[in-house]
Amino acid sequence: MFAKLAFKNIKRSIKDYAIYFFTLVLGVAIFYVFNSLESQSVMLDVTDRVRDMLDLINVLMGIVSVFVACILGALIIYASRFLIKRRSKEFGIYLTLGMSKRKISLILILETFLIGLLSLAVGLVLGVIASQFTSVLVANMFEADLTNFQFVFSFPAMLQTIFYFGIIYLIVMIFNTINISRQKLINLLSNSRRNEKIRNKNLWICTIFFIIAAVVLGYAYYLVTDGLQNLVMEGNGPEVLLIPITMGIVSTFLLFWSLSGILLRIVMSFKKVYYNKLNSFILRQFSSKINTTVASMSVICLMLFVTICVLGSAISINASLSQDIARSLPRDAMVEGMGEGYIDVKEIYRREDLNLDDILTDIAEYQIYRIETPTDKQYFASDAAISPTVTINQNEDGSFISEEYSISERYIHASDYNKIAEIFSLPTVELAKDEYAILANYQQIVEIRNAAMKKGLLINLPGNTLKPKYDQCIDGAIRLEVGNANEGLIIVPDHIDLAKNAISSRQVLLGNYKNPEQADELAKMLEQVGGRFFSDNGEQDGISGAQDIYYYNVETKQSIIDNNVGTSALVTFVGLYLGVIFLISSAAVLALKELSESSDNRSKYTTLRKIGASNSMLNRALFWQIFIFFLFPLLIAILHSIFGLMFCDFMLATLGGVNIAATIPTVSAILLAIYGGYFLITYFCSRNIIREHRS
Amino acid sequence: MKTILELEKVEKYYGSRSSLTKAIDNISFTVEEGEFVAIMGSSGSGKTTLLNVISTIDRVTAGHIYVNGEDITELRGEELNRFRREELGFIFQDFNLLDSLTAYENIALALSIQNCDVHEIEDRIKTVARELNIQNVLEKFPYQMSGGQKQRVASARAIITNPKLVLADEPTGALDSKSSRMLLEQFESLNRNLKATILMVTHDAFAASYATRVIFIKDGKIFNEIRKGKDSRKKFFDEIISVITLLGGDLSDAL
Repeated sequence: MFAKLAFKNIKRSIKDYAIYFFTLVLGVAIFYVFNSLESQSVMLDVTDRVRDMLDLINVLMGIVSVFVACILGALIIYASRFLIKRRSKEFGIYLTLGMSKRKISLILILETFLIGLLSLAVGLVLGVIASQFTSVLVANMFEADLTNFQFVFSFPAMLQTIFYFGIIYLIVMIFNTINISRQKLINLLSNSRRNEKIRNKNLWICTIFFIIAAVVLGYAYYLVTDGLQNLVMEGNGPEVLLIPITMGIVSTFLLFWSLSGILLRIVMSFKKVYYNKLNSFILRQFSSKINTTVASMSVICLMLFVTICVLGSAISINASLSQDIARSLPRDAMVEGMGEGYIDVKEIYRREDLNLDDILTDIAEYQIYRIETPTDKQYFASDAAISPTVTINQNEDGSFISEEYSISERYIHASDYNKIAEIFSLPTVELAKDEYAILANYQQIVEIRNAAMKKGLLINLPGNTLKPKYDQCIDGAIRLEVGNANEGLIIVPDHIDLAKNAISSRQVLLGNYKNPEQADELAKMLEQVGGRFFSDNGEQDGISGAQDIYYYNVETKQSIIDNNVGTSALVTFVGLYLGVIFLISSAAVLALKELSESSDNRSKYTTLRKIGASNSMLNRALFWQIFIFFLFPLLIAILHSIFGLMFCDFMLATLGGVNIAATIPTVSAILLAIYGGYFLITYFCSRNIIREHRS
Repeated sequence: MKTILELEKVEKYYGSRSSLTKAIDNISFTVEEGEFVAIMGSSGSGKTTLLNVISTIDRVTAGHIYVNGEDITELRGEELNRFRREELGFIFQDFNLLDSLTAYENIALALSIQNCDVHEIEDRIKTVARELNIQNVLEKFPYQMSGGQKQRVASARAIITNPKLVLADEPTGALDSKSSRMLLEQFESLNRNLKATILMVTHDAFAASYATRVIFIKDGKIFNEIRKGKDSRKKFFDEIISVITLLGGDLSDAL
């Protein structure tokens, strides 16, 4: 009997449950897809390194999933409480009929169970279907062979999904039971009709708050973009970022509070617009809604902001990492020896009974020296180094050199550089005896260096003073690496004896495999010395103790690509996972609020219909109300995101930064699909709610 | 005089073949321009159903209703909306003002959905506000007004479009006696001064006594009909009471 009641209830209130159910299904499906990545990748034919990376991704997905489960849990509890509130009258009637609260709880538990079961089933089916597509995506990312494509079903992911959602539903049941047991009959029966007090907010107070919000927000934007270096590098820890974050949160709140009042007043002053059709009704409804939901609107706006930044950064990193690979890896392998001592790389291989010439061909070699360089304090001291528009103060004698301050810089001879430049498609340089040039691509540092060179920064090496040949850095790097991490390599004429003054040096050899078919075996041979420490006394187990230690590093094109793809896959998956879940959560909360609004306002629409408003007018009014309600937080979130992404660009500079324009298509597509989807469902459900009910 | 409303053998049935309820059972009557007609009946007599079919909120099972010569039972879709918008004015028991709008905006809405010009809206609201004595509440929200004020604002919204017919459903039902009297006097003056045709459904004999004619309905049929003529309101009230007595105990709550 109770089961029957529960069943019928669900069927009857399916309209109320549509959004709830949609959210559950989506949550389950996404949860499954991201947790089944492991099974999706098993069939791929990839190298061990990629396999390790995939394992790491899976571990990380597991951790992120716990966090995601918490968010979804909170969302589902919110939604179910909301639905119970909507049905309070129904429960009130049960109570007056003599049903005990325990039995009502039982009905609710049964309902939750049924809905849970159904959503798990539908969600898992959807998830399994969707994961077929994502496995193609995964294969694409790792450039893996997909010829042996097969249907993927991940049993562990399914169990995990059932486990987490089982717990969530259990908590929902407990919450519902507590909720019901605390209700009083009178409150359940008396219609919870809010007698809302609407006031015209004082325009002046609104305007003042709006200006305050705009100024604070503007300053917060400044702090995370142009003012960022001041903020971060003045010896402050990352916790100083809390300042602009707090400012952003407070001003978002104020913005919502004041903007609703101001917007209404502005439109009201355009009487032709305001008193046209149902515009006055639409605007009043919207503004009263904002007034009562300032807090949740702000939270939703901030969630959307985080979503956009996370999605944007993830997508951008993925794009820049995969785009760089071909350009920056012109050779198959690179062997580096570095340290205070010096043992020739070929000599080390000989000690391992290997001949490097048997492994690599087209070997190009160069030497980099690290030298303590006296530098003007104004140039690299903290306050100058952090501002891109650095001002260089000259000493009285016209030099930039300060005795007290020196930093270690990396130097290369022009002949060495020119030899390598060709390989990396870089311009060669011809230097006079007293000239230098700089090769760099780490954007923040490049700006400082350019500013200094424009002012003619002199470099003072023992016995030589060099002046810049160009007024800006040559853009690039001459290692096998991905991303823009070259802080600066100073190119000097050959006559300067760099070795004499160096505190350490680095020998770099680049080459192609002698026999490309045997690439894997050759790579293994090369890597034998990779990561090992040597001194004249033989191999060391670390840098501690011994003097003149030399360290060897081996990078192959393949290993860089693998790591790179792994990193970008990792970032992309975690970003997509979190972004989509955040998006679903905020859209679902908005949708639920809007739906309840629509059923509360049903009588208003009946009135409008009686005074002659046509259905098309009413639908239009409803559409615009919901549209503005969804758009408003999104617009402010987008505004936040522009600056947020600029901040991400700064923080992620070594990974190639964030190209905001390039992220727009993908982020918009995701936003449009999920947020837009929720908007449409809300609109159609609301339209159903306000539709005329003929007896 | 011109006939504004004509009901011709109107019937409205509810339920299935096995258990048929005749909410309106073959009712015919006419209302002339400038009349103030009250329809009385106990709960379940069919008077609200009657109002619903006249206002096109509900459809008749059989028969025809003509408003200003137009058969409204034949209207469909957008024509119905146009009819409600242009020919009818509604006044409800629970006012049905939109609580998020000020009194002014509530009244303006009736005109703005007719695409009325802003200046004309302003002029007409001023006029009607003076007539109904609500100038000082125009900028208030419904929750800031008394019941009487709300009902007068609702009345203003109903008549501002110069409708052919004003339909009032128990307009005094939620008002205290003082506000009721004030509202009814305003109806009387609207009827007399602006020649508004009013059809009011009520079960309150006192309210009905302000009308120029009262139609009594029992079990979906017209039971009786009396006209005020040259009588005083007091005398008309006594007449109404005597009909109610005739009708039987059903309407005794009206006394």
